Amino acid sequence: MDKPIKSTAFNMVLVLVSVAVFSALVLGSVYQLTLEPIKQAKSNRELEAIREVVYGDFSNNPYEERYEISTARGKGKVDLYPARDENGKITSVAIKTYSKNGFGGKIEMMLGLLVDGTINKYKIIEQKETPGLGTKITESKFSDQFHGMNPGKQVFKVKQDGGEIDAITAATISSRAVVDAIQRGYDALNKLSTGN
Amino acid sequence: MDKSSYENLTRGLIRENPTFVMMLGMCPTLGVTTSALNGLGMGIATLFVLLLSNSAIAMVKNLIPNKVRIPCFIVIAATFVTVVDLLMAAYFPNLHTTLGIFIPLIVVNCLILGRAEAFASKNTVFQSALDALGMGIGFTFALTLLGLVREVLGSGSAFGYSFVEEGAETMLMFIMPPGAFFALAGLIVLVNQLRGANK
Repeated sequence: MDKPIKSTAFNMVLVLVSVAVFSALVLGSVYQLTLEPIKQAKSNRELEAIREVVYGDFSNNPYEERYEISTARGKGKVDLYPARDENGKITSVAIKTYSKNGFGGKIEMMLGLLVDGTINKYKIIEQKETPGLGTKITESKFSDQFHGMNPGKQVFKVKQDGGEIDAITAATISSRAVVDAIQRGYDALNKLSTGN
Repeated sequence: MDKSSYENLTRGLIRENPTFVMMLGMCPTLGVTTSALNGLGMGIATLFVLLLSNSAIAMVKNLIPNKVRIPCFIVIAATFVTVVDLLMAAYFPNLHTTLGIFIPLIVVNCLILGRAEAFASKNTVFQSALDALGMGIGFTFALTLLGLVREVLGSGSAFGYSFVEEGAETMLMFIMPPGAFFALAGLIVLVNQLRGANK
């Protein structure tokens, strides 16, 4: 069998540099190549989530019309996607909102609200909750209760905190995080409609 | 296929199984195997990267001075992982949403570096590919099995199909990190018993 080239200082520097340069070239070109398709795939995925949570159908491209709103305390940002009917009237909005108070960190969701702030549906986009416990926030058994609620008109808290929402057994923190995320989305919509 | 090729291909399946016998790549093993499908996904992603990196390293092994081989291997493996990640995100977005979180973990899976160092740096491209295939299948098998055990005990389902009624009491501990250790330990005992019986 052939022997590898000798470990002289020159050889080592040469090989390390060329491995690094070659890798960088490969990565750079693959990145350029996949930039467009990845963007396209992301927009499709968002559109799918929007379609799932908004009320009724829409005839515009909400993803193209997205609108960034800074949250009430001004630190974070949420994206708002308006869904319009054929006449261009906004029927409902989808808001990509989040909570950092999940048991496993950040929870991200697409929240569908009617124009007056009534909740239609939500879909969890990203979560790292405990499997079998906190992950129940993605199930309809928990999420269905939010349909028709309005954070502005009722005590929008879990029962343990004096509200009306049934928390998941053994996953109160995850349930609170969902409430927090919805509240953040609602506040953003409110800020937009009162601020304008 | 001659005897040593066959040997290289089958070594990783049971006899030197990366998870149960060599104990390589424990971090992703314990971390992602909360369900059989997760284990399967991680295993296949690892198999793919292992195949690419083992072949590439066997190809360039004589161009790399001995003293700097480890950093070179890591850069090569990390490049492949990123390439696979980007390509998957671009052309298989659905698969990427399921497997996406596991892929960056593959870089730090010492199975990749372990096979590069122990096998690919001393053998031909073809033999290294066979070794990667065997090890990858062994790893996939181990992760799927571990995921299946944890899923059955912890959430009462197998490959996503639930066989207990909703709200039934299952051994949730097996889904959580401590359960991973218990399940893995049990499986290792079992596999070692079987290996001992075959001797």
